Amino acid sequence: MEKSIYMDYAATTPMRREVLDAMMPYLTDEFGNPSSLYTLGRRTRGVIEEARERIAAFLGADPREIVFTSGGTEADNFAIKGTVYANEKKGNHIITTPIEHHAVLAPCHYLEKRGFDVTYLPVDEYGLVDAADVAKAITDKTVIVSVMHANNEIGTIEPIEEISKVTRDKKVLLHTDAVQTFGHIPTKVDVLGVDLLSMSAHKLYGPKGVGALYVRKGTKMVPVMHGGSQEQNRRGGTHNVAGIVGFAKAVELAEKEMDAEAKRLIELRDYLIGGIVERVEDVRVNGHPSKRLPNNASVCLNGAEGEAILLSLDMENISCSSGSACTSGTLDPSHVLLAIGVPAEVAHSSLRLTFGSTTTKAEMDYVLEVLPPIITRLRAMSPLDASWGKKC
Amino acid sequence: MYTEKVMEHFRNPRNVGEVENPDGVGEVGNPTCGDMMRITIKVKDDKIDDIKFKTLGCGAAIATSSMVTELAQGMSLEDAEKISRQDIADALDGLPPQKMHCSVLAADGLREAITDYRSKHPAEEG
Ligand SMILES: Cc1ncc(COP(=O)(O)O)c(C=O)c1O
Ligand code: FES
Repeated sequence: MEKSIYMDYAATTPMRREVLDAMMPYLTDEFGNPSSLYTLGRRTRGVIEEARERIAAFLGADPREIVFTSGGTEADNFAIKGTVYANEKKGNHIITTPIEHHAVLAPCHYLEKRGFDVTYLPVDEYGLVDAADVAKAITDKTVIVSVMHANNEIGTIEPIEEISKVTRDKKVLLHTDAVQTFGHIPTKVDVLGVDLLSMSAHKLYGPKGVGALYVRKGTKMVPVMHGGSQEQNRRGGTHNVAGIVGFAKAVELAEKEMDAEAKRLIELRDYLIGGIVERVEDVRVNGHPSKRLPNNASVCLNGAEGEAILLSLDMENISCSSGSACTSGTLDPSHVLLAIGVPAEVAHSSLRLTFGSTTTKAEMDYVLEVLPPIITRLRAMSPLDASWGKKC
Repeated sequence: MYTEKVMEHFRNPRNVGEVENPDGVGEVGNPTCGDMMRITIKVKDDKIDDIKFKTLGCGAAIATSSMVTELAQGMSLEDAEKISRQDIADALDGLPPQKMHCSVLAADGLREAITDYRSKHPAEEG
């Protein structure tokens, strides 16, 4: 296969042509500042409000409950810091999980240093949180619970609906990082029962650098950006007009195609995971078998190291990712894999393949053809000989 | 991020495996990232007569292992012992800064194999 195969859709997705076309006028002639009063400005103001309505409708929310941000990281930071700083009189306790994206974990670590208490809920071998543990962790000082909708590494989908029964009952806020699910599986805020929900456009074929936070009406927040009066004084700064328009276009397309695409991807996912397990010895499948993102396959191929696997796959024109220490920059293996009980040396061999609109069965077949010899070769090079077979 | 030379050694690593009845064995783990290497040598006339490696690690770990075996082949023990991480990295046209620690495996592994040989063959020493 000559063409390159992109299997890192959880990292980012290619922007769709329709999205670019929708954005183009706002990168050229329609350059008015949405906060200006004259016609040119009013027109861009109008498209931002249309985009807001589209995204709100997709969530089953009110347009006033959408705050545009620069992406998922800002939405997560805003959700956590914005609520805890606004509720300092109520308490200083945050509840989250050890498998969150760094966009949630890093603000929590920062707040811990500033006197906030953070509880990291236990997760099971699949990465699932138990709503009963949420109930146990809540105290009268708890301000917010933040549990991601689906995990970006292992694909596990969390029981947000069950968790929200607890948080509503105990009257604490519930945030979910839906960056990996929004536009891919249903995310109606009233079904999930969440008060805050983070989104990012580039994970659903939209542009990078734009996203939003859903904030349920009546939720007290301090601004994420102090500045102009944009976004009801919650986020100052001239709007990223083209980005917001592109985001809304991506949502419009997702709304039409999401269900059929999820079905298609689930079939491909199970075909790929099944094929890897069948063709490679001693594979550990990470994450839940069925409560799982349609486009995520995560495995540990013990006895081979993740970066070496990625380089080998790249030589076969396949792009994907790993949670191994050698690829992490910090030289620690993935915190998600460690939290679900994968030993460090096994986490070292992790491989994440995430797929999307361009993925075909032929591509899966190609991966299944080239991956086994790569693993055989790397394992043959390993000093652990046969001992790798026993650890998974 | 890697030089062409690193990639070339990653693609076609030299001297993979284990020499038969080794005179010296070096086994090292990388404390930074948990990677592992085993190097085996055959010594003749105080020179490295044969050398092979097995490595579980990233691209840089495999390439530096391969390179150290190439550098050390045929060298006197005295010279081979002096091969540094920097020498290995230089021979590969450099390593990215965050991957410099990977060359530790190769340099330490070789030194350990030589030490192991000397401890088993004290009489033969110079
Ligand atoms: C679960 C999750 N949260 C947050 C983010 C950050 O989103 P962004 O890249 O838009 O800042 C990502 C993307 O990497 C993600 O996967
Ligand atoms: S040996 Fe692990 S990062 Fe290179």
